[in-house]
Order: sequence, then structure tokens, then C-alpha cells
Amino acid sequence: MSAATTDTQKPSYLMDGTTLKSWLLTVDHKRIGILYLIAITVFFAVGGLFAVGIRAELFTPKGDVFDSDTYNKVFTLHGVVMIFFFLIPSIPATLGNFLLPIMIGTRDVAFPKINLLSWYIYMIGGSLGVLLIFMGGLDTGWTLYPPFSSTYSNTNVALAAAAVFISGFSSILTGLNFMVTVHKMRAPGMTWFRLPLFVWGLYSTALIMLLGTPVVAVTVLAMFLERVFHIGIFDPATGGDPVLFQHMFWFYSHPAVYIMILPGMGVISEVIACFSRKRVFGYPFVAMSSLGIAIIGFLVWGHHMYTSGQSAYVNIVFSILTYIVAVPSAIKVFNWTATMYKGSVSMDTPMVYAMCFMGLFLIGGLTGLFCANLGLDIHIHDTYFIVAHFHYVMVGSAMFAYLAGLHFWFPKMFGKMYPEGPAKLSAIVIFVGFNLTFFPQFILGYMGMPRRYHYYPEEWQVLNVLSSGGAMTLSAGLLLGGANITWALIAGKKAPANPWMAKGLEWEISSPPITANFEKIPVVTEEAYAYPSQIPSPAHH
Amino acid sequence: MGNQIPMFPENASTIAGQVDLVYLYLNLVCAVFAIGVVIAIVYFAIRYRRNPTHTAIQQVEGSHLLEIAWSVIPLILMMTMFGWGAWLYVHAVTPPKGAMDIYVVGKQWMWKVQHPTGQREINDLHVPVSTPVRLTITSEDVIHSYYIPSFRMKRDAVPGRYSQAWFEATKPGTYHIFCAEFCGTKHSQMIGKVHVLSAQDYANWLAGNLSGDTAEEAGRKLFEANRCNTCHHEQSGARGPNLAGVFGSQVQLKDGSTVLANEEFIRESILRPQAKIVAGFEPVMPTYEGQLSEEQVLQLVAYIKTLKGPAKEAK
Amino acid sequence: MQQHSHAGHAGGVRLAHHFDDLKQQHESAQLGMWAFLLTEVMFFGGLFLAYLIYRNLYPEAFLLASNQLNVTLGGINTAVLIFSSLTMALAIRSAQTGQGRIPQIAWLVLTVMFGVAFLVIKYFEYKAKWDHGMLPGPGFMAAGGHPAELFGEHVAGARIFFSIYFAMTGLHAFHMIVGIGIMAWMMISSWKGYFTPSNYDGLEMSGLYWHFVDLVWIFLFPMLYLLGAHVHTGAH
Repeated sequence: MSAATTDTQKPSYLMDGTTLKSWLLTVDHKRIGILYLIAITVFFAVGGLFAVGIRAELFTPKGDVFDSDTYNKVFTLHGVVMIFFFLIPSIPATLGNFLLPIMIGTRDVAFPKINLLSWYIYMIGGSLGVLLIFMGGLDTGWTLYPPFSSTYSNTNVALAAAAVFISGFSSILTGLNFMVTVHKMRAPGMTWFRLPLFVWGLYSTALIMLLGTPVVAVTVLAMFLERVFHIGIFDPATGGDPVLFQHMFWFYSHPAVYIMILPGMGVISEVIACFSRKRVFGYPFVAMSSLGIAIIGFLVWGHHMYTSGQSAYVNIVFSILTYIVAVPSAIKVFNWTATMYKGSVSMDTPMVYAMCFMGLFLIGGLTGLFCANLGLDIHIHDTYFIVAHFHYVMVGSAMFAYLAGLHFWFPKMFGKMYPEGPAKLSAIVIFVGFNLTFFPQFILGYMGMPRRYHYYPEEWQVLNVLSSGGAMTLSAGLLLGGANITWALIAGKKAPANPWMAKGLEWEISSPPITANFEKIPVVTEEAYAYPSQIPSPAHH
Repeated sequence: MGNQIPMFPENASTIAGQVDLVYLYLNLVCAVFAIGVVIAIVYFAIRYRRNPTHTAIQQVEGSHLLEIAWSVIPLILMMTMFGWGAWLYVHAVTPPKGAMDIYVVGKQWMWKVQHPTGQREINDLHVPVSTPVRLTITSEDVIHSYYIPSFRMKRDAVPGRYSQAWFEATKPGTYHIFCAEFCGTKHSQMIGKVHVLSAQDYANWLAGNLSGDTAEEAGRKLFEANRCNTCHHEQSGARGPNLAGVFGSQVQLKDGSTVLANEEFIRESILRPQAKIVAGFEPVMPTYEGQLSEEQVLQLVAYIKTLKGPAKEAK
Repeated sequence: MQQHSHAGHAGGVRLAHHFDDLKQQHESAQLGMWAFLLTEVMFFGGLFLAYLIYRNLYPEAFLLASNQLNVTLGGINTAVLIFSSLTMALAIRSAQTGQGRIPQIAWLVLTVMFGVAFLVIKYFEYKAKWDHGMLPGPGFMAAGGHPAELFGEHVAGARIFFSIYFAMTGLHAFHMIVGIGIMAWMMISSWKGYFTPSNYDGLEMSGLYWHFVDLVWIFLFPMLYLLGAHVHTGAH
């Protein structure tokens, strides 16, 4: 069924109340998505500034820009801000909030007020994070390992623990909302296996947010108590075990990386399907692989601790499971590739980002196999090889998927189009800059350069200069892309309801949507991505 | 191979070359898949690009055969990667018998090394070539990690416990030592050099660097100074177990279990004597926690290792 | 239209604007609350894990330290909580059977009173520990201090026991305080006539939360109090 594409009498969600109060007290999932979008963009800029600081320092082997304590704070805050305040919420809280109810054919998430609450909780946690930056920062590394963080650090670890603790609840509530929404609020006819794959990705992510985040919450709570009351639970001087912290911390923080990537994989499914005009190949396998990654992802945390002194048997178990969790990701990559086969491929901006994702995720995911390998990881653990690996998956894959999604649904969210030329150009510059920044780091890591190093041996300067040059290029590309989007928000051409001729409930409503999403709740009769075997000519859509 | 290509550290230990082989294998397999997929994507993007004159699309839904193939084949390949890596790992963490013991204590921000024959070093490590060396590593404060890239060896130095690692250097030369676990301000300056010497050069170095007691001698002095022998002696009625030959043996505990008397056990018995009570004895030993530094505990361990028993065999 | 959830009042019941019908609203609330309780299990679970590991490492110390806890007061508190769950269930029942707001509020008031009684007893327990210098701060291990006298060699393990004791019971008490706040909110809602036999979701979900907090205590009591109850050291 297709809704009328002409404007209805009802105002779009953007215009439905124009006071600040109408935004700050909204319960509309779309507005909450926009509130998150603004906030995480700001945090991304802050985290990015810290990144520029790191790479600026590492142009030279000695400490020319910062002293060591300051440098340690810069890379710590880069990690804390990027992981907790950008990556974890990014796709779920912005695109997920906006699109999930629409994609399943309902008016809002199950608990709209809790949705707003979760944004406020996020803002409070984030504000504490900003406060932390101005109150001396944090120098423990984002991983907060005791006894350094509990007993030796002179920075405000308790404040950092509080910021992470509070923002964790935002994540838990978002996951709760999404999970219940998908279970209980699907439109008539929207069976589980007719759901768009983005929804499967968000659902799997929601499970991890729900079950994993509470564990890191209690872990940082224990760290907080240790710092403030010296209860001694992780302090070996009083019989505590610092490795216990590592277990509790990574039990969440490994599934957390799947929180970061699963929604992105969902976006890629949507984009590749649309710009090949084909059903995603092997839909049930792609759907189930998201669940598989979520579940098995809870069983592999020990691979962050191969050199911590835990027994060889434990290491072997974690290594096998880590290799197994790689299989569902491989399944996705092959299915995405097969989706393009005999399709009708169009290289619009979202597809350009998706193609970049494919290449970068191949490198990022496959280098994960190196890290999983016991024989290799003894050598590469805590080196730049690891840094390169996780940036390829967290930035090269997750961030690129986020940008793909932003550019794909931008016309839907804002009713405007961005200029194609600058958008594609910035994608290319970001891609080139990214690879220049992080590929040399694989080499540096295997050569033995440890991570979190302020000073490094002179013989590694060339590769570091390459990497830092890449970082400047990457920043330029991101700034260009950001400027393009901002320009489009102000002066972009008006967008039709379905500029990409895509299939999906979100494309059958106006751009931007009305507050209630649908004039009438749809009844779903076709499968996901039911692209016809003839491409309609653009004039008729 | 290692020297010419600036992408590998020196190949200076018995396992370094094997680690590099695993690395190459993974690179090969992953490159084949990555390049294969990229070629497919590029080819499909071009071959099936949108064409206003050719508007028919063939909807191919899926193929169970393909799904099975591209699940099982990667799984098998990954199991080979796991298997080879795990096999290498087990070898890399199992020191051979008779390895030379060296004790390493990390603290902010230096590495303190003690040779069994008494030599001490700060940040540097002198070892003879072609000799297995077993490191017992701990920390005095925060978690550090002792990393020698050219040996492909790394182990965390965790306060409150001992970690073990071993290597056998194959090539004389000088190589980096790094701290590889973030430990504060001077983490990146907690570095040193390992000097692999020929047998003759090592003997010369030893002779020229004698600095007082061997670890065992220092340990013996501590044993006496702390009156350990008032309870731990071989006469009947002793309040503590006789330590002759205890190291490496299986010790029967009061609760019926047995435990191997390794370095960790000896250390625990000194610092937390109530944790494991030997069968036939009462829990009366006082703790020496706070009275002995980690280095002193290591010296006591070294001394106790030298105590040979009449009938017991060291395992 | 944008600001508030436009509650439908079909037949006097409250239906939020984004739900199709009461059934969807009710099932969503139930699934949501059970999922939330699952997150609470994971939350407390971390501390249960710490308890497990350290008890295994320091069995003697844990026995001795546990012996210091007052089993009588702990037992009374257990009974108090069980009764509070009973009164909570009766509050829900009175809404289910359409008994009107007075019985609902009466049962809720009783539940709160039990909850407050629990917290008061806890306060006295904590105070006793404070008075005896048994709080697990840096002074716990001081030579010549009360813990050093009591525990001797096992003072380190005892300190860890008390760290876990205060963390777990403290976290539990915090959840009790939140629960009492929720009960107060339910009393106000009940007074406004919100709970009828066809829709008493708020009460039911609050009840689930309350029962869960009770259940956590049912685990804490034997783990912390009964562990060392049989040890005869004389000191108490």
C-alpha cells in the first residue's frame, strides 16, 4: 500500500510544536532521536579533538606537545568519550529511535516517557563526563584497570565511574524499550521474518544492552566504592584480586563492541538492498546471525586477558569461542556480496559508504582473527596492532555504517536533500584518511610498538608520521561531510517521500513524517525488500 | 627473513620464527578471502550497474548450499588457525626442564631483574644465547607487562602473584624491552634492552657484574634473620614442615587435597600461611606480609629451591 | 497533542495513545518489567560473583567475619520482608477484585511500614559495625584494632567479606528506598482511582519489583548471615 505523497493536513513532527519546551518535553521517538543526534555529534567532536591531540603528539618520538600525564589524559578521554558517549548510543539512539517504530508499523516505542528519560540520563552522564574533562581529566586508560585506577591514579576516577555508571542506565532503558517494542507493537501482518534487517540488528543489540550493561554498572560501582571508601575489593595489598576487575569489566565490554557494530550491520543490509534493488540474499541467515553474534558474544570476554596470567586452559576455551563468533559475521559479508549479484546497482552516497564499509570491515573483522590467535596475541596484545584492529571495526565499520545510515535516511528525517557531489567527495576523503591513519598501525604493532605510548623509539617515526598525516586527512573529510549535511539542513532541496525508490514502511510516509507516523496503521502483506523485477522509472514513484 | 623486511621485529628466539609463520598463514588466508570478496563486489557493482535501458532484475532469494558452504569452510579454516596458534601457545608457555631462572620485578617505572648468581640489573637483561630462560615476574605496585618483541614474548606483571614466561634466545644482539600494560606517567619510558650474549661473553659479563650475594645466598640470610628455622627444621616435633626437598613436590594438605609446591605456593605460604595448612601441622605460622619486599620473597623462594631432601625427588 | 500521552478513557480505563488496546499495553508493561528485573539480576550478579570468588579464596576468614553478623536481626528482617511481600500481594488482590481504593491504600501503607522497619533494623546493624570499627575502610587492617584482634591472620579476608557485605546490603537497601518511593507513588495513583480490575498494571509492576527486592534478600541472608552462624568464637 502506499500513502499519499502529497502533504497531509497534519504538520510534520518537526513543525508540530516549535517551542524549546516542546522539544525538551517531547515523547515523540523521532524528536528524541534528533535530540540524541545533536548530543552525540557534539561528543564526537570532543572525542575527535582528543584524537587529533594524540596524533599531533605522535608526529615525533618524544613528548613535544604534551607532558606525559597530560598525554595519558588525552588518550584516556578520547576512549571514554568515543566509546561511552558516541559509539554505544550512536546508531541505536539516533537512527534506531527514529526508525524502529516506523519500520514495524507503529506510532511510537513501547515506553515513550522512558525513552525521554533515557535521553536525560544520557545527558546527565555526559555532563559528568564533560565536568571530568575540566576537573583534571582521567589518566587510567578507558579500561580503568586497578590497582592503578583504584589506588595510584591522581585523577578523578570516582567522577569518571559515576559518569559511566549513569550513562549506562540510558543504554539499559533504550535496550528495554526496543526489545519490548519489537515483541509487542508490530503492525498486523508484520511477522518476525518480514522485519527489516535493521530491526533484527537493533533487537539483537537491545538484548546486549539489557543484559550486559548492568554488569559494567556494578563493576564501576565497585570501582567507585574502592576509590571513595577504600573497601579493598580489587587491591592486592589487602588480598583483593585485580584480575577479577578485568573479568567483570570485559564481561560487558566485549559484548559492548557488538552493541557498536550490530546496528551498523543492520544499516548496511538496508542500504545494499535498496541500492541493488534486491532482497537481501539469505535473509533468514542474516537475521539469525545477528542473534548469534549477540549470544556468542557474551562468551568470549577472556580474549582480552590472554597475558593476564589466567590459565592456559581458560585461554584455549576463549580462543575457540572467539573464532566461532567470527562465523556469523562472515555469513553476513558473503550474503551482502551475493545481494548485489544480478541486481541493479546505483552508487549513491549511502552505497558509497556501504562499499567502504565492506572493505574496511573485511580488514577489521579478519584482523580480529589474528587477535584471537593464542600464538600471535602473546606478541600483539597491547600493541598498535590491537589499536588498528579495533579502529577498523569501530570507526571503519561502525562509523562508516552510521554515516551510510545518516545519508540514507537524511531526506526522510529532515525532508531535504544534500548535494551529492560534496557528500561523495567527503566519503572518499574520509576513506583515504582513515586507511592512511590506521593501516600503518598494523605494521607498527607487529613490530612491537606498545599502545598508550607517549614516547616511542625513533625508528618508528616514519610510520607514525604517515598515521598522523592520515588523521589530519580524516578530520578534514569529516569536517567536509559535516559541513555538507549542515548546509543541507539549512538550504537543501526539498525531498520527496521516497527519493531512493526504496522498499520499506518508512518510505511510504511523508518526508518528514507526521508525529503519528502513519495516517492509518498499515497492514503488512509483503516480505521485506519486495523489490519488483522491473525497475520503475523515476517519474512514476 | 626478519632483518630485511621492515615489517617484522628481529627473529631472535626459538618461537619467533614460528609466530611469524602463523602470522603469514593468517595473512595469506585472510588476504585471499578479503581480496576475493572485494573483487566480487567491484565486479558486481560494475557488471550490474543501474542501466536505464536494462530494467529487469533477477531476484535471487538465497541458497542453502551456499550458506552451508560459506559457514563451514570458514569455520574449518578458523579451526586450523586456532589449532596452530594454540599448539604454538602451549609450547610458548611451557618452559623446558632445567631452564635458567631469572626473577623480574616491575615497579613504577623500572624493571628490576635478578640473576640466580647474584647479578642485578635495572631495565636491562643480559642472557646467554641458546639457553632456555624462565622468568618469574611480579609487580610491586600496579599491573605492568614485560614484553620483548624480538622474542615474541609478553607476560603481565600482576601485583600479588607470580607470572611465568620463558624464552630461548637464538641470535646475539640487543633488542627492545617494553612495558606493555599502561601503568601511569612514565609507562612509555619503562623500557630497556635485552642483551643476548655468546656463552663466553655472558661468562665475562657475569664475572664483571658480581654485585654481592646470589639470590640463594640472600635468601639463606633472610631465612636465618627471620628465624624461619626455629619451626622449619628436620628434627622431630618441629612446628613447621621440613622444607628439604619440598620445592617441586606434591604436598598433602590438612583438608585432604594435594598441591604442587611451586614458586607461587612458597610465596603464598610466606605471605598468607593460613591459606593452605600442611597435613599434620597446626595453623600457627605468622604472616610476613608487609615485612618482606617482593624481591626478598623471591630470594627466599630461590633459597628454598636449593634445599634438597633425602628421599624426595624434585618434580 | 505533542506534549502529553493522550490517555484514552474508554470505559474509565487508562490507555496510552500509542497502544492499540489494553491488552497490548498490559503485555508491554509486563514484558518490560520482567526484562528490567533481568537487568537487576545481572546487576546484583556481579557482586554475587565477587562473593563466590572471594569466599573460595578465604573460607576461614569468611566464616569468622560472617559470625560477627547478628543472625537474629537478620532473621527478623527476613520475616519482615516476607510479610511485606504478602501485604503487597494483598494490595494487588484488592485491586483485582475491585475493592476500591481504601483497602488498596491500607495494604500499601502496611507494605511501606514493613519496608521502613527493615531499614530501621538495618540502620542499627550498620551502626553496631561502625561502633566496633568494622567498616572496611583503610583503618580496618590497623594493628591493635578491633578487627585485628578478632580475626588475626584472617583480617584481610574479613575485610573483603565486609566490603562485599556492605556493598550488597547497601545496594539492596538502596533498592528498598526506591521501592518505598514507588509505593508512595502507587498510593497517590490509587487515591486517584487509577486501579480497577480491568487495569491495575501500575500496582502489578510495582509488586513485581518489590518481590524481586525481597528475593534478593532471601539470597543475601543465608550467604552473608548464616554462613558463619555456627562458628563458636564467643565474640559477638
